[in-house]
Amino acid sequence: MAEAPQQQQQQQQQQEEEDEEQQQQQQEEEDEEQQQQQLNTEDTTEPDEGSEEPKEIVQTTPTRPLLSMRSMSSVDPDDDSPNMIAYRKIEEIVTRIQDETDGVPIRTVKSFMTKIPSVVTGTDIVQWLMKDLSIEDPAEAMHIGSLIAAQGYFFPISDHVLSLKDDGTFYRFQAPYFWPSNCWEPENTDYAIYLCKRTMQNKTRLELADYEAENLARLQRAFARKWEFIYMQAEAQVKIDRKRDKSERKILDSQERAFWDVHRPVPGCVNTTEMDIRKCRRMKNPHRVKKSVYGLAEEGTQSQSPVQTPSHHCRKGTKEDVEKEILFLNQQLDRHCMKMSKVAESLIAYTEQYMEYDPFVTAPEPSNPWTSDDPSFWDLEASKEPSQQRVKKWGFSLEEALKDPAGQELFLKFLESEFSSENLRFWLAVQDLKRMPQQEVGQRAQDIWAEFLAEGAPSSINLDSHSYERTSQNLKDPGRYSYEDAQDHIYKLMKSDSYARFLRSNVYQDLLMARKKPEMEQGRRTSLEKFTRSVGKSLTGKRLTGLMQSS
Amino acid sequence: MGEMEQLRKEADSLKDQITAARKAVQDSTLQEAAASITVVGRVQLKTRKTLRGHLAKIYAMHWSTDSKLCVSASQDGKLIVWDSITTNKVNAIPLKSSWVMTCAYAPSGNLVACGGLDNMCSIYNLKGKDGNVKVMRELAAHTGYLSCCRFLSDSEIITSSGDCTCVLWDIETGTQKTVFAGHQGDCMSLAVSPDFKFFISGACDFTAKLWDIREASCRQTFGGHESDINAIGFFPNGNAVITGSDDATCKLYDLRADQELITYQDSGIMCGVTSLAPSVSGRLLLAGYDDFNVNIWDALKAERVGVLAGHDNRVSCIGVSSDGMACCTGSWDSFLKIWN
Repeated sequence: MAEAPQQQQQQQQQQEEEDEEQQQQQQEEEDEEQQQQQLNTEDTTEPDEGSEEPKEIVQTTPTRPLLSMRSMSSVDPDDDSPNMIAYRKIEEIVTRIQDETDGVPIRTVKSFMTKIPSVVTGTDIVQWLMKDLSIEDPAEAMHIGSLIAAQGYFFPISDHVLSLKDDGTFYRFQAPYFWPSNCWEPENTDYAIYLCKRTMQNKTRLELADYEAENLARLQRAFARKWEFIYMQAEAQVKIDRKRDKSERKILDSQERAFWDVHRPVPGCVNTTEMDIRKCRRMKNPHRVKKSVYGLAEEGTQSQSPVQTPSHHCRKGTKEDVEKEILFLNQQLDRHCMKMSKVAESLIAYTEQYMEYDPFVTAPEPSNPWTSDDPSFWDLEASKEPSQQRVKKWGFSLEEALKDPAGQELFLKFLESEFSSENLRFWLAVQDLKRMPQQEVGQRAQDIWAEFLAEGAPSSINLDSHSYERTSQNLKDPGRYSYEDAQDHIYKLMKSDSYARFLRSNVYQDLLMARKKPEMEQGRRTSLEKFTRSVGKSLTGKRLTGLMQSS
Repeated sequence: MGEMEQLRKEADSLKDQITAARKAVQDSTLQEAAASITVVGRVQLKTRKTLRGHLAKIYAMHWSTDSKLCVSASQDGKLIVWDSITTNKVNAIPLKSSWVMTCAYAPSGNLVACGGLDNMCSIYNLKGKDGNVKVMRELAAHTGYLSCCRFLSDSEIITSSGDCTCVLWDIETGTQKTVFAGHQGDCMSLAVSPDFKFFISGACDFTAKLWDIREASCRQTFGGHESDINAIGFFPNGNAVITGSDDATCKLYDLRADQELITYQDSGIMCGVTSLAPSVSGRLLLAGYDDFNVNIWDALKAERVGVLAGHDNRVSCIGVSSDGMACCTGSWDSFLKIWN
């Protein structure tokens, strides 16, 4: 039931209400000179009996140009603190959605004997979001709308729960005065004044909900000694409210209620004002003083967040710092940058190679245990018989082969068959060394030297003289990383030499090519088992000669 | 101060040169290179399990390397080790300080760690002789909150803190082995490279840094975000880094090209990223946001291919198991959910 001439008035009224809300912050309660609206007769109970059309109210103020709502936002454009970024984005949307020409139709709706001023339906909001943000999926529009509603930027006029429904439910927009970007942290005294004043006004729509009544009772106990003061403040607020006209009051009351629904949510609802405690300390509050919703002087603050030891604020810009920075920058400059095209190729190639191993992209076989509740996939992984797919992965890189215990085992066996396992055993020993408790590192480092590098070592490895020298030096003060260079060198050797041969070897190829059925019965020997058994039995048997010839 | 002026000029000139060097290798973009690849089909993961038991906001979770157990930390002052398949609680460890912000599982499965506003990293031994889980070590030296910790082994752990530093500790002796200083804002998150030689940290100075553990130095710094970096992770091949920020975007940086490859953003996403995890192939990026959802991105095409909507409050942490089978999300609504 849109009434075209009304809409303009509504917007203007809302505008003036918002101006008033802002002014209220500064003015004293007694100072009523700033009220622009003509005073109306006192309101009694609902519903309206008269037919006071808002357009009959004489506007005593000159028509103000509709200021862009954005100017109402108190987010400092340079404020980059975490919540403010989100608020800024939301406020942009909230401003646009209320635009006279391009926004949603905000209207006064006639219902029974009353008028419901300045509302829009949930469906209108969702539709507008879909159009404005180019969203095809209504669910996504609902999600964004719910997010905005949860922060209290618009609210259902007949519910304390701040959610959005895609139907004919009526919603109203919040006054910028109450926007979260104002860094409100309203005290319980304010809340007490609010609840108290609600009980003074004889209107069904202002009746306290159960949880509010409980809250009020609790606050009365907590503020027993200053309840007289709170009562007086509430009375003063009621007096001010009475001076406003009916429609305006309906709107203001609902906006005020929505504000408290954000800061004192219905039990069970998410409190959107909760902040990540890691960010609390850094939240910028443009108002140094904790301000009261009702213009009270600052009371003692009750902090609910834990006391944090003020953390070290990082020093900036001493001469030493800049010198360090220059050193660092020089090192960076020396480093060779790879071409974007190459790097992109490499990333793409990696994902393509591994996509078949990604359960989120490719369904695993025989099945994903999480979806089918059948653990056979995991049983197979744990068994001694790797699947073909798994064996294939060992061929991707030496790293993959070594990452898989079965792959590592097979590679080791292969090397043993060639009498060249010392490299891998050295590499594994150094990996172990790096994970050891500090006390044992020294001894273990010496053991490794004795086993692999000393003169006449039982498992002598081949290091170039440079690495050998370096390592020998490191061993004078043995540490976790004493063998890092040596390990890198040996790794490269294995990669280019023995690993390549391993991939071409019969033992690997057989596994890779074999069509294997999952082994269900015990006691059935697979060719892999037979192989490892035979190698284990004897390193000098005739069979071995045969194997060496074939690989 | 003529000398300071000169030094600053020198630093600025070097920065310009680095920017030029980065530009010089921009012969293509990831988008161009991936142009011929079709977007991954819609990814629809369902909640398979809900882990109930925490009584307050969950701030962190971490999978064990066995892909079955995981540990979570909540502001109810408990560290819970879950068997994610049966949803049973294997251990429920009461903490001295309830303001916990991070937790970690050692690769061996023997230890877990946690920390928070107490500025300490507490190590717990899960495999103690008498079966009780006890504090094994309390690593104290940070002057700010503990935002993240990750084990290198049972002997060493790396922590990041609100005091703008990261530290490598020797667990046995409880001492700091290396302090990695350089960030100009609270360090919020860290991740260790697949080969355990490097780690990356994201901070409130909007940058991510790559550190060489052995050399004890910062190798590279990546910028571009417009707000705090809350989450960071390695791309599975170890050559790229993914960051998530309060500016509602995630970014992919390549270590060898020394610059940003792509940004994951959408005008419909207005809330900050709290956590992220790549799938095992790296093709998918799962990111948790302040708006209660997890968005799944095609990492190569930077398009959203899925949403996980199931939590009633902020998603604070996310992790993909090492076998890639399952993703676990933790939320301020006190629940953990397993999805796939």
